[in-house]
Amino acid sequence: MNIHEFQARELFAEFGVSTQPGKVANTPAEAESVASGLAGGKLVVKAQIHAGGRGKGTFKNGFKGGVHLCDSPAEAKDLAEKMIGQVLVTHQTGPEGKEVGKVFVGEAVDIARELYFAILIDRATSAPVVIASTEGGVDIETVAEKTPDKILRLPVNPFLGIMPYQTRLIAASLGLTGPLMNQASKLFTNLYNLFVARDCSMVEVNPLVVTQDGRLMALDAKFNFDDNALYRQPSIVAMRDVTEEDPREVEASKHSLNYIGLDGNIACLVNGAGLAMATMDIIQHAGGSPANFLDVGGGATKEQVAAAFRIILADPLVKGILVNIFGGIMDCDVIAHGIVEAAKETGLSIPLVVRLEGNNVDAGKKTLASSGLKLESGEHILDAAQKIVAAVKAAA
Amino acid sequence: MSILVTPDTKVLIQGITGSFGARHAKLSLDYGTKVVAGVTPGKGGQMFESQVPIFDTVDQAVRETGATVSAVFVPPPFAADAILEGVEAGLDLVVCITEGIPVIDMMKVKHAMKGSKTRLIGPNCPGLVTPGTGENSHGGCRIGIAPGYIHRKGNVGVVSRSGTLTYEAVWQLTTRGYGQSTCVGIGGDPINGTSHLDVLKMFNEDPGTEAIIMIGEIGGTAEEEAAAWAAQHCKKPIAGFIAGATAPEGRRMGHAGAIVSGGQGTAESKIAAFRAAGIEVAETPSDMADALIRRMKRA
Repeated sequence: MNIHEFQARELFAEFGVSTQPGKVANTPAEAESVASGLAGGKLVVKAQIHAGGRGKGTFKNGFKGGVHLCDSPAEAKDLAEKMIGQVLVTHQTGPEGKEVGKVFVGEAVDIARELYFAILIDRATSAPVVIASTEGGVDIETVAEKTPDKILRLPVNPFLGIMPYQTRLIAASLGLTGPLMNQASKLFTNLYNLFVARDCSMVEVNPLVVTQDGRLMALDAKFNFDDNALYRQPSIVAMRDVTEEDPREVEASKHSLNYIGLDGNIACLVNGAGLAMATMDIIQHAGGSPANFLDVGGGATKEQVAAAFRIILADPLVKGILVNIFGGIMDCDVIAHGIVEAAKETGLSIPLVVRLEGNNVDAGKKTLASSGLKLESGEHILDAAQKIVAAVKAAA
Repeated sequence: MSILVTPDTKVLIQGITGSFGARHAKLSLDYGTKVVAGVTPGKGGQMFESQVPIFDTVDQAVRETGATVSAVFVPPPFAADAILEGVEAGLDLVVCITEGIPVIDMMKVKHAMKGSKTRLIGPNCPGLVTPGTGENSHGGCRIGIAPGYIHRKGNVGVVSRSGTLTYEAVWQLTTRGYGQSTCVGIGGDPINGTSHLDVLKMFNEDPGTEAIIMIGEIGGTAEEEAAAWAAQHCKKPIAGFIAGATAPEGRRMGHAGAIVSGGQGTAESKIAAFRAAGIEVAETPSDMADALIRRMKRA
């Protein structure tokens, strides 16, 4: 799960991680009043959408840039007016863009140095690891590739948490000395506490800045949360903004289906995550292009299969469906009935290829064959993939 | 022979009275597995299916029945606790089937287990099967949720992160007349108890295993590490398959651990590592058993 920039700043405030003063505004008038409450001097107004590349984006009304500096509350109001309710297109949103509902209004800071600081879960050591670099404000993967010696990796013992000496070590490696070292120690400790308390899988502060007047603050942050832990993080769940998510994925999650939309034209419906990935791959191997990842899980019901069909068919790009089920414990005949019902209910009119294998498979195949539906059977996964690719090409 | 468990292994089931645990406990009993105890706190003294005694604690179950292996079916908020209860009771092996355990909990479990004699498999895994000699491999040791009947007693070891892909591989082997020594699902989470490499080492030492199928997927670098070791040390032919070549970067593909991030954990990198180690790569999931047969003929 992802959150907005202003929500990240709210988390920072809650855990005492210093960041630039400012607040979110829902209307231009609110933007003006937020700006009036700040210290004066330069202001920044930032459109709130999840996608990156906001500064270089363009609104569909022609207004350029989702991040602007200005000098007065009146100007902040004017900027907010040009952003709120408008659709911002960035290199990450796709051509359809995202409607901006809110803006963040904050004090602009004079930056002396830009640094990088992140905490994530390291799979190899099964522990949190801190990653820090003097090269902030740029893409860290590029830094890691070109100048790996400029990246510090420091594992943290999950029982001890981050130790004070570790925070000093990181500060020293970033050249944060004197009064900045104390600020850094506090910021790193508080950020680590936030990471653990809110079940993050990643917190990336980029850039972490030193201002001209000697303050250390997190200027921008990206959070990822562990989906498995959301059940115990109601305050994080409350930050979810479904308008930022693919509506097909939102609908699928209501039915406990694991769905990820892609941009191909052959949809697939599979049981098991590994098999679902492999089914996408084999569609491509057979010369087609997968429209989605969809795992209906080990104990899929008829209702879930029907919901999966509706979600798949709501996608106008989809020109064919491949169902791939290995019914180990699940009865293939029950699944076959689910498919038939769903296909009839949704008035299926595009090619459908079904590959069933496993428990009670003969009865399942019979159910499909006698259903009156126009569908093909695949003998094995490759056969099924080749059949659906051919059927979609023939129909085009 | 086999690895980790044999048909004589005494198994206890944590969460035996939940619907999921009960269903699979019954299927294991039907398969002929020696399920000797169940554990559900507060239900000690009752019987499961009129034949398996239920205990309040793992410690009691172990002392009363001599169980050495546990299958954990308890819900995610209680799973870390259940695993560590099995470790504390001195079990040889804890197999955690539960999906959806917070990663911070698993981090703590892994660190708490350091120095213990217990091995953990999973979480978020289908478990493991050592097939029996009866009809449809009846009489084997089935721990977890895999369908027992698809197996056949034999000499191929299977290790995989995914349940259904394991079943595909097993079924392909069985229908081609190749049986299995042990099939191990290590699970799809980013932090797990047992890696591909751990299982590969066991298969390499097991006289009952003559060839190996290793199935991986995007995310992490465990497959690369296993391949690098195999290139140097593995005496037995291996075939491999990697799922997720078409998965977009930065998206979790169902399994919590199946994610390409920062250019790491791609299918290309894993397939290249397999090839470099002389592992025969299955082009598609339909080709897993045939790939192994090709590799064995080459050996």
